[in-house]
Amino acid sequence: MSGTHATTPEPSYLVDTGTRTGVLAWLTTTDHKRIGLLYLYSMMTFFFVGVGIGLVMRLVQLTTFQKLITAQTYNALFTVHGVIMIFLFVVPGLPAIFGNFFLPILIGAKDVSFPRLNLASWYFFIAGAILAVLSLFTGGGAPDTGWTFYAPFSLKTGTNVSLAVFAAFVLGFSSMLTGINFITTIHRMRAPGMHWFRMPLMCWALYSTAWIQLLATPIVAITLLLVILERFFGIGIFDPAKGGDPLLYQHLFWIYSHPAVYIMILPAMGAISEILPTFAKRPIFGYKAIAFSSMSIAGVGSLVWAHHMFTSGMSGMALMIFSLLTMVVAVPSAIKVFNWVSTLYKGSIDFQPPLLFALTFIFLFCIGGLTGVMQGALAINVHIHDTYFIVGHFHYVMFGGTGMALFAALLYWFPKMFGKMYSKKAIYASWFPMFIGFNMLYFGMMILGMMGMPRRYYVHLPQFHTMHVIATVGSWLLVLGLVIFFATLVYATFKGGKAEANPWGGVTLEWTIPSPPPLENFDVIPTITRGPYHFEQEEHR
Amino acid sequence: MNDTLHSHEAPIEHPGYGTFIGVWLLLLLLTGCLVGLSHVSQTYAVWGLMTLTPLKAGLVFYYFMHLKYEGPVFKIVILVTLGTLLIFFALLFSDVAFR
Repeated sequence: MSGTHATTPEPSYLVDTGTRTGVLAWLTTTDHKRIGLLYLYSMMTFFFVGVGIGLVMRLVQLTTFQKLITAQTYNALFTVHGVIMIFLFVVPGLPAIFGNFFLPILIGAKDVSFPRLNLASWYFFIAGAILAVLSLFTGGGAPDTGWTFYAPFSLKTGTNVSLAVFAAFVLGFSSMLTGINFITTIHRMRAPGMHWFRMPLMCWALYSTAWIQLLATPIVAITLLLVILERFFGIGIFDPAKGGDPLLYQHLFWIYSHPAVYIMILPAMGAISEILPTFAKRPIFGYKAIAFSSMSIAGVGSLVWAHHMFTSGMSGMALMIFSLLTMVVAVPSAIKVFNWVSTLYKGSIDFQPPLLFALTFIFLFCIGGLTGVMQGALAINVHIHDTYFIVGHFHYVMFGGTGMALFAALLYWFPKMFGKMYSKKAIYASWFPMFIGFNMLYFGMMILGMMGMPRRYYVHLPQFHTMHVIATVGSWLLVLGLVIFFATLVYATFKGGKAEANPWGGVTLEWTIPSPPPLENFDVIPTITRGPYHFEQEEHR
Repeated sequence: MNDTLHSHEAPIEHPGYGTFIGVWLLLLLLTGCLVGLSHVSQTYAVWGLMTLTPLKAGLVFYYFMHLKYEGPVFKIVILVTLGTLLIFFALLFSDVAFR
């Protein structure tokens, strides 16, 4: 590519250059990078609240601490933990933070297509979050339905489900508006010469994700509105007492919420596809296969929702169809894993913290993915449905997958975002307790599930106690790792050494501009003449 | 470089009132058909809703929302959306119709 080096002394995006300064400048910003950071700060706040609730839930399983919390409060805790982690952290997660910050830069643009709509998306996100928090303390108290709000219980419970589902409805708008913005940006704002197959794979992942956000989110939005209508006016669409169909609720909920899993994981896969070539110092293996597998996951992943309902009393025909489709969606996911591993093969590996977390992602995601395929098999699913196995599997995919990829992406792009470098030793130190604790906690949960421990139970039988203790100790180690990790990054933000423009030797466009980037990213819009992963040394091999 | 979504330079030929009134009358007729079918039996009502409602939505998209005068990208986007909806319906029926 040419014309990409910005030698301009233009100040970084972190410096207030407009008429407003300080907090007001941030709250009224339309700069995609600042909006990305607004999402980062707010999401990390919610993440730690979710972690705290998770920690308390684990403590409840140690009988010594059980007196602290009633069974009703425990029900509220797992609901709120799920709502916060799903709707306020992993669904918006990577697209809102790194998509906003890096999508325009990766395609050689100065901003997203609709900068004001982008800020509006963040305000919808915050409004939804405030409503979710309000739902805990108003009406009949915190919802106790689980994050899935299953009918008919969600229609009957006296807790404040109406406000909680309205919060999820508002959060859905944030997601849809971000999706529209990204699709338009990728179609309309690519730099000259950047045709579709010259886009970095993160852009393909964000593009696939945006389509799911746009097509699937309205379905859950309408479904949640129907729950509200049913609670206030008793319209009877989901209530079997009035001729309604509670399975229809489950179908409509999972039509969104299963693809939502891919909203969570696809951008994570995109970030991994950026990190691996940089640290293997060679082009990604199978660029087109990875790009198309993102689109395939988005497509096929939208058709497998009813595997969450195998024990609900669906027809035998539907069971077989959805079981088959679930197996099919494993194929594009496997394509990605094979290509990532092949990228590393015979690469000039530069082992740095982002690569460590990317490899951790691949390892943990493989466990999460393969246990997912297990559950696609009907006979196994019947036995492990609604047990701790599901909780363990889900956390392997969402935390081991999306969470670790988010950490990898944060480590990879941190120097670019803040212009500061963190202590690599401290990050390595955080990885050990995090990795060991993670596996003690969630593999422990899978063993518990196989033993027959049902999920969402306040108490457990004596035969499950040892594994519960192991899992709980694991949760302490995991939190210790998280605290070291984030303390290191927060410290680096204020006191870290200055980062170079290209500390990792990356070759995509973000590494051609200063760290932190100037307000409009590029002095001159670059002209793209080759693919995104063009390593000189590889060319000479 | 960028996709051409719609050429704004080209003058858009708007349909006359006759077309709008004709489409509106057709929509009324289709609504009447749906009401009639719902009185015949539940099966007819469901099949009517599954076929005539997308047709009605298509007419609204095409004429009232000017899809007819848009470029191919918009048409493909709408087609993908409606296609996705149809697939969702078909998969839902793999449960409902075989219970």
